[in-house]
Amino acid sequence: MINKEGKVKIPSGCAITGIIDKNGNKFNGEDIIKSIALMHERSNGLGGGFAAYGIYPEYKDFYALHIFFDDFNIKIQTEDYIKKNFDIINSESIPTKKNPKIYDPPLIWRYFLNPKKDNIEKKEIDEKEFVFKCVMEINKNFKGAYIFSSGKNMGVFKGVGYPEDIGKFFLLDTYEAYIWTAHGRFPTNTPGWWGGAHPFTLLNWSVVHNGEISSYDANRRFVEMYGYICTLKTDTEVITFLFDMLIRKHNIPLKKAIKIVVAPFWDDIEKEIDPSLKKELKSIRSVYASALINGPFSIILGFEDGILALNDRIKLRPLVVATKDAKTYISSEESAIRVICNNPDKVWMPAGGEPIIALLKKEYR
Amino acid sequence: MSLNFNTPLFEIIRDKNKCIQCKVCVRQCANEVHWYSSYENIVNSDNNKCVNCHRCVILCPTKAITIRKHRLEFRNNSNWTSNAIKEIQKQADTGGVLLSSMGNPNKLPIYWDKILLNASQVTNPSIDPLREPMETKVMIGRKPDKLKFNKQGDLITDMPPQIELNVPIMFSAMSYGSISKNAHEALARAATKLGICYNTGEGGLNKDFYKYGKNTIVQVASGRFGVYKDYLNAGVGIEIKIGQGAKPGIGGHLPGKKVGADVSVTRMIPIGSDAISPAPHHDIYSIEDLRQLIFALKETTNYSKPIFVKIAAVHNAAAIASGIVRAGADVVVVDGFRGGTGAAPTRVRDNVGIPIEFALASIDQRLREEGIRNSASLVISGSIRNSSDIVKAIALGADAVYIGSAALIAMGCHMCRSCSTGKCNWGIATQQYDLVKRLNPDIMYKRLVNLISAWNHEIQEMLGGMGINAVDSLRGNKLMLRGIDLNETELRILGIKYVGE
Amino acid sequence: MKKIYSFEDKCLGCKLCEVYCKTARSKSKNIIKANKEENIDSAIIVEKTNKDTHFALQCRHCTDAKCIKACISGAIFKDEIGIVRYDKEKCVSCLSCVLVCPFGAVRKSDFNSTVTKCDLCFSTGKPLCVSNCPNDAIKFLDEKEIDDRMEIVK
Repeated sequence: MINKEGKVKIPSGCAITGIIDKNGNKFNGEDIIKSIALMHERSNGLGGGFAAYGIYPEYKDFYALHIFFDDFNIKIQTEDYIKKNFDIINSESIPTKKNPKIYDPPLIWRYFLNPKKDNIEKKEIDEKEFVFKCVMEINKNFKGAYIFSSGKNMGVFKGVGYPEDIGKFFLLDTYEAYIWTAHGRFPTNTPGWWGGAHPFTLLNWSVVHNGEISSYDANRRFVEMYGYICTLKTDTEVITFLFDMLIRKHNIPLKKAIKIVVAPFWDDIEKEIDPSLKKELKSIRSVYASALINGPFSIILGFEDGILALNDRIKLRPLVVATKDAKTYISSEESAIRVICNNPDKVWMPAGGEPIIALLKKEYR
Repeated sequence: MSLNFNTPLFEIIRDKNKCIQCKVCVRQCANEVHWYSSYENIVNSDNNKCVNCHRCVILCPTKAITIRKHRLEFRNNSNWTSNAIKEIQKQADTGGVLLSSMGNPNKLPIYWDKILLNASQVTNPSIDPLREPMETKVMIGRKPDKLKFNKQGDLITDMPPQIELNVPIMFSAMSYGSISKNAHEALARAATKLGICYNTGEGGLNKDFYKYGKNTIVQVASGRFGVYKDYLNAGVGIEIKIGQGAKPGIGGHLPGKKVGADVSVTRMIPIGSDAISPAPHHDIYSIEDLRQLIFALKETTNYSKPIFVKIAAVHNAAAIASGIVRAGADVVVVDGFRGGTGAAPTRVRDNVGIPIEFALASIDQRLREEGIRNSASLVISGSIRNSSDIVKAIALGADAVYIGSAALIAMGCHMCRSCSTGKCNWGIATQQYDLVKRLNPDIMYKRLVNLISAWNHEIQEMLGGMGINAVDSLRGNKLMLRGIDLNETELRILGIKYVGE
Repeated sequence: MKKIYSFEDKCLGCKLCEVYCKTARSKSKNIIKANKEENIDSAIIVEKTNKDTHFALQCRHCTDAKCIKACISGAIFKDEIGIVRYDKEKCVSCLSCVLVCPFGAVRKSDFNSTVTKCDLCFSTGKPLCVSNCPNDAIKFLDEKEIDDRMEIVK
């Protein structure tokens, strides 16, 4: 029997793409599907997915949980747990359209939730931490239920299949978002489990990722020390947790967090002339040595204010960036950008470890 | 009484055709094995005295000498082995406790050899350390739980003191007294050249070596020899030695004959007096006492140096290590049951303590479960034989390793395990001037530098093979390890999978 | 000019230098034959001052060599490099050189009527006593190098 995600670490190669409109103008999912579809060859039909920000304006103050259920029994059990901890504002089955290439989908539901204030106060933690703990609890202990999206005014749509088919299956042309990211998966060994597809998310973070991080177990054991439970054993999961931990839990500014996960080389730190910067970098490398992400990767991290694209320190995976007016495009391949934006203002390949941060303009946040 | 049951362990074979009677062997053997008969014009030898240190073999210009295990055998017996019989005869002879030197030589499992490493194939690329940066620098010391930045994005967390090691290797504690001044000089100079540290051991710090302070860790052990304010401030870290892998629960004893003028000054004890380190520190009878000593040392050094606490790997090492971290130590050092020694009671050396691989894995896991793994660095020792042992140790959770025996071997030690006699023919474990001279620090520090540089290259190769370009990403990365020839309990404690899984 | 220097703080008194000097001065150049079968004197001698202090002594190749002046047959001469050499064909065995050498580095042979002195292995340029010293107690150094060392000592 082949182990599914969570039992074993599965290496995979991939295609990623992402679009943001910095003016906050929303657009539907057609472009992102077109872009990821061009890179068909980079995935093998065992996983595709999308993250979209700004899709639930009418529910923007509530946590939108997207959940896969294996059957109705586990759905009822999970809902009991949810009801204990949240007020359910709305719940529904996520609309899908039958597609001959997509088979055996689980039950796919979404819930718009408001955490129960009493429960939060009892635990003496903040709201996000409360939601985080509930998500961890369900994903770890409710066998057959898997929360694959838990942010506000954003959502993930993913499954087993080629990404373009998944996109059509979830009717993404009916959603309007100012950020879209997409992922086509090429796992080397998996029975294909819907939860194992990317993007991986936690609260408002979503990560699409191409690569295999060789520091996985060092990173995993580090975040697990801070209360994270890696249920999937995928690189993407641990990357998401790392960012969540650094930025949300440790309150570290995004730019410093980047210096942690793609730390500058010691040789370059030695050459640094500014003593306070040198001290800062040394401290970062000492304290967060285990948060360094090593091995080949290119990722797009999505969050409510924008996206971050990042390569490993020595650029072992492709990553191309283009801009056109207020839009920034990021992809594994330039062609996947040109297919939806044939005349970009600027196209370039960021260096290894060089972050590309595209944020919504302040007035549109 | 003239009856002596001693029989030779080794047999010296001299090729008469090659021997030129140059008498180099006669002059070089401190055990007086060889002697020249002018009447016959031949060199003879007394097998009984030979410890098989290879000094004569290496120096013989015509390579006329070999040494073999003596052919004399007892009647075959798997239970009453020749060793068991000889030990009894020796004790019947002397009435004393059996003493041994260097680490446990018995046939017990070596777990490093049952752990195999991973490498990248296809799904991620291996990295060539000759073309790409490959980082082996580590920072040793307590780390805060997290870093804090102010609104302007400036770092506001004050870092506790750290020791920067270019390679995750240090030379472990070997006191001046147990080893020679020249050996210390070679270690100190090599550490300086390499950007790593050596440890003074419990013998004080010779005044000539204060200049190597930036690469020195000074030790405070139960005898407190040579400890005073300048000494504590001389190095970059202070190590409190609670125990040693070769003799957990046992103190130390430097015989008076090794306490010459210089050792006497350095240790601050009278010439010729026995230097006895008690089994426990008599001001540490519990964990809270340890905390007091840790903070007394921190006060003395103005909180500028990480405090190491070294223990032997014993059954409940994980819980003890956790207590040590909570007592305020910045570095926990664990010494496995194969760790070396100048002299230890044989029964203790061979039967007390546990393998370092298990102590390491369980301590690392325990500290992580308690969320305090970042509060201290974890350094291990106790028979690190090569660079792959180091890679495996780091993947099991160590920040760095100490090497003792390997460093001595680089300086000429041939593991004859006769340190306690004080007649080390290689000038290492001796205070006899004519023998100490044989260890030329100019030569030996270079050999140490060579050894560590070679190991560093090998570590880089293995890291690159795994697709890792910083040793940070190997630490605790147990997915890089697989076990072979291990049972389920062993795998569970080590926290690794079986090969093929 | 390079000369052989010995360092008594490193010298172990093992006398390997003597073994190799004999080999260097032998016809066979075979260490066993040279030391067993050929009657050869060593030009380097390990002196012992007490139990622990030894040093290897050989010709200093003096700038103003007394042995050259004393030699009545012209058997001792300075070559173009500055090495004080000895031609046994010209030697008349008067031993004047042995008498005047301030270091005792020119010695009468144990086996015949010639004298023995170090020629710095001029034919190979690599003195065997140096390359075979196990403790780097004998070094082949430039005069200038040794002057610098002495500076450091001062």
